[in-house]
Amino acid sequence: MSNKDKLKKSSRRDFIHISSGVTVVAGACFSAWPLIDQMNPSADILSFSTIEVDLSLLKQGQSMSVLWRGKPLFIRYRTDDEIKEAQDIDIKNLKHPESDKTRVIDPRYLVMVGVCTHLGCVPLGQQGDYDGWFCPCHGSHYDTSGRIRKGPAPFNLEIPPYEFIGDSKIKIG
Amino acid sequence: MTKKEIGSRLIDWIDYRLPIFSSIKHSLVDYPTPRNLNYWWNFGSLAGFFLVLQIITGVVLAMHYNPSAEGAFASIEHIMRNVNYGWLIRYAHMNGASFFFIVVYIHIFRGLYYGSYKSPRELLWWFGLIILLLMMATAFMGYVLPWGQMSFWAATVITNLFSAIPVIGDGIVNWLLGGFAVDDALLKRFYALHYLFPFLIVGFVILHISALHTHGSNNPLGIDSGGPQDSISFHPYYTIKDLFGLSFVLTIFFLVVFYAPDYLGHPDNYIPADSLKTPAHIVPEWYFLPFYGILRAIPDKLGGVVAMVSAIFVLFLLPWLDTSKVKSATFRPIYKKIYWLLVVDVVVLTWVGGNPPEGYFILIGRIATIYYFSHILILMPIIGFLEKPKKLPSSIAGTVLKQKRENVDNNV
Amino acid sequence: MFSKFFIRFLFYIFSIYFLYISLSFSAGKSFELYDIKFSFDGIFGTFDKPSARRGLQIYREVCSGCHGLKFIAYRNLTSLGYSREEIKNIASEYEIEDGPNSEGEMYLRPAVSSDNFIDPYANINMAKFMNNGAAPPDLSLIVKARNYGSKYVYSLLMGYKDIPDNFDSLNGYYNKFYPGHIIAMPQPLYGDDVEYLDGTISSLEQEVIDITTFLTWTSHPEMVDRKKMGFKVLVFLIFMTGLLFLSYKKIWKPVKDGSI
Repeated sequence: MSNKDKLKKSSRRDFIHISSGVTVVAGACFSAWPLIDQMNPSADILSFSTIEVDLSLLKQGQSMSVLWRGKPLFIRYRTDDEIKEAQDIDIKNLKHPESDKTRVIDPRYLVMVGVCTHLGCVPLGQQGDYDGWFCPCHGSHYDTSGRIRKGPAPFNLEIPPYEFIGDSKIKIG
Repeated sequence: MTKKEIGSRLIDWIDYRLPIFSSIKHSLVDYPTPRNLNYWWNFGSLAGFFLVLQIITGVVLAMHYNPSAEGAFASIEHIMRNVNYGWLIRYAHMNGASFFFIVVYIHIFRGLYYGSYKSPRELLWWFGLIILLLMMATAFMGYVLPWGQMSFWAATVITNLFSAIPVIGDGIVNWLLGGFAVDDALLKRFYALHYLFPFLIVGFVILHISALHTHGSNNPLGIDSGGPQDSISFHPYYTIKDLFGLSFVLTIFFLVVFYAPDYLGHPDNYIPADSLKTPAHIVPEWYFLPFYGILRAIPDKLGGVVAMVSAIFVLFLLPWLDTSKVKSATFRPIYKKIYWLLVVDVVVLTWVGGNPPEGYFILIGRIATIYYFSHILILMPIIGFLEKPKKLPSSIAGTVLKQKRENVDNNV
Repeated sequence: MFSKFFIRFLFYIFSIYFLYISLSFSAGKSFELYDIKFSFDGIFGTFDKPSARRGLQIYREVCSGCHGLKFIAYRNLTSLGYSREEIKNIASEYEIEDGPNSEGEMYLRPAVSSDNFIDPYANINMAKFMNNGAAPPDLSLIVKARNYGSKYVYSLLMGYKDIPDNFDSLNGYYNKFYPGHIIAMPQPLYGDDVEYLDGTISSLEQEVIDITTFLTWTSHPEMVDRKKMGFKVLVFLIFMTGLLFLSYKKIWKPVKDGSI
């Protein structure tokens, strides 16, 4: 058999084997997807996305935490001093520059996700060097607007999407 | 240095330290296999596939399942309704169990027809039967987990079988239940064991395959391989044949999973367990029906249980009960006929097991039970002595090529 | 050679199939249900959504007084074509117990779309007590939990008849299709039980078809996805089986003709 014949023959044989090989591999990949996707949040988890919180019981200087999507939310009725402290900062020097205005709807109420942006611990309230929050795990200090001021955390505490429905009621999510 | 050389050097490096590549090559690539295996030899690898499928889907289901009497039923509905592709995974697991039994039963009946249990494959046969017993235990415990009406009452009836044991029976039942009735304690231990047993099965599958590879596969002629001309390498010949067979069976499997997923199940298992109310007609899953038929054929409680258990345990004695020197039924004119009687008998037992024990079902069930045991304990030893087998061919290759020539002649 | 094998294989498949058919027939009940075709029958059948929505209306106005639907959440109604706003409105008509609040008390609040349908009874004992000892079953899985599923539910609801003279009815109603014929549930639908929002005339048969369609959806919410995906998977598998068969024949050719 000449070299050319051999080549021709082998390529023709290869065509069927290659197509069945590709089909089998594709089939295996398709069937892997349901097994992977089942670990994503299920339909019932995804639906627990909005909660309503009544703020009327909160007095100035008090905080509350509620659960939203399994995470703690800090809601603080800030004192006048705290508001002033949060607003009178030159944001250029901050690690994650954000003005207090962009972080609140009503300056009295600060609503944020109570999860340290470093590695996910829950910071303690009204502690640390900036009268805000202090994360005990690795020593991140947040100010009265929940902005990172000192320590390893890269970002300010996250603000969840929320809106006021009525004077002292908010809907989160 | 080319890429290929780097790759093969890496393989050599690993293989020198841990010979996984050479053992794969030995048992899945070069492994010499008789050249004349027919499609009935596909069912061993199919059983292996369904074992793997059950383990994968099972581990995934365990991520969402709640093994408690309060939460089990609801967690199954959570899987079916909320988990992404949960319905697909659960339906595949449910029907995967049925298909596992279908292919294993065919695998066993293939062994019976071609005498695959005979020397030197007795231990191979034993490991297979142990796998069957473990499968039955696993399937039964798995059926309890959804905590529907059938789950609950199946668990009640089967655990109460042990009360037939004299003197210590009741103690054993309470020990199994972890209480005085089927409840949370039982569900939790069944869940733990249902997770464990498949891995025991994997262990016995490894033993089963090691024993198989010691003397090689039996073949439809039942004669030993005479040399290299009788064998072909496992790869690519049997890998491609097994893949083709798998693809064919998967088509049927997914036809059931997608279009008739509850066909093999029982509607009562979608009613949450109720310890105050037994369903009107309780039946086990179809793969237990022949044994259930035997259980109910015996009018005595202890006798029924003994008969049912013996139905499997007599199979362990088969290598010695079958006295014929010839393996394959192809060359055994009488055995070939009664073999099909046994197949019909098991089908009849399945049918009887699925029907209420009344009227003529009782009589048919008893006759079928008597036949089952006489077949194995009386007919098989006697026929081995009396029967005059046909002349065995001298070699596998010779027979195959002769057939080939005859076909060509016929066509001309 | 192949055709011989193929015919034999078909024979085996058919004998197995025949065995199953005969097994399932012998296990089932012998009385004949009404023969009816539903929108969701067959390989390509889907739910008739307007019909299922009318079924929901019947459930809410008639069935929900006694029967729960505890595995269905209001949010699931999106697959019957309801908008999020409509679902919110439907849910807010029900009150649900939640809590404990910050003072440790349980309280009632309007249901939201992530809540499941509320049960008519606080617990099973209350359900039994209020219904002469026979608790009305939850309807989430009723179609799956009965032999012949949708057909049975349809026949049962159409099957209320006057008690035959020779029949003792101590406590219950006569139904042609209920096993034993004496059912604790009085006839729930007579026709004109609801005024359909979409203006459909509410004859008895129309109502029964609608509620059966709705309850089939609650039992098999995945059915449409399942059939669609199944079709693709089967086409793929048949294609793959064909290719593998060709590969197999090609690889085995030298073995079959004796050159190896």
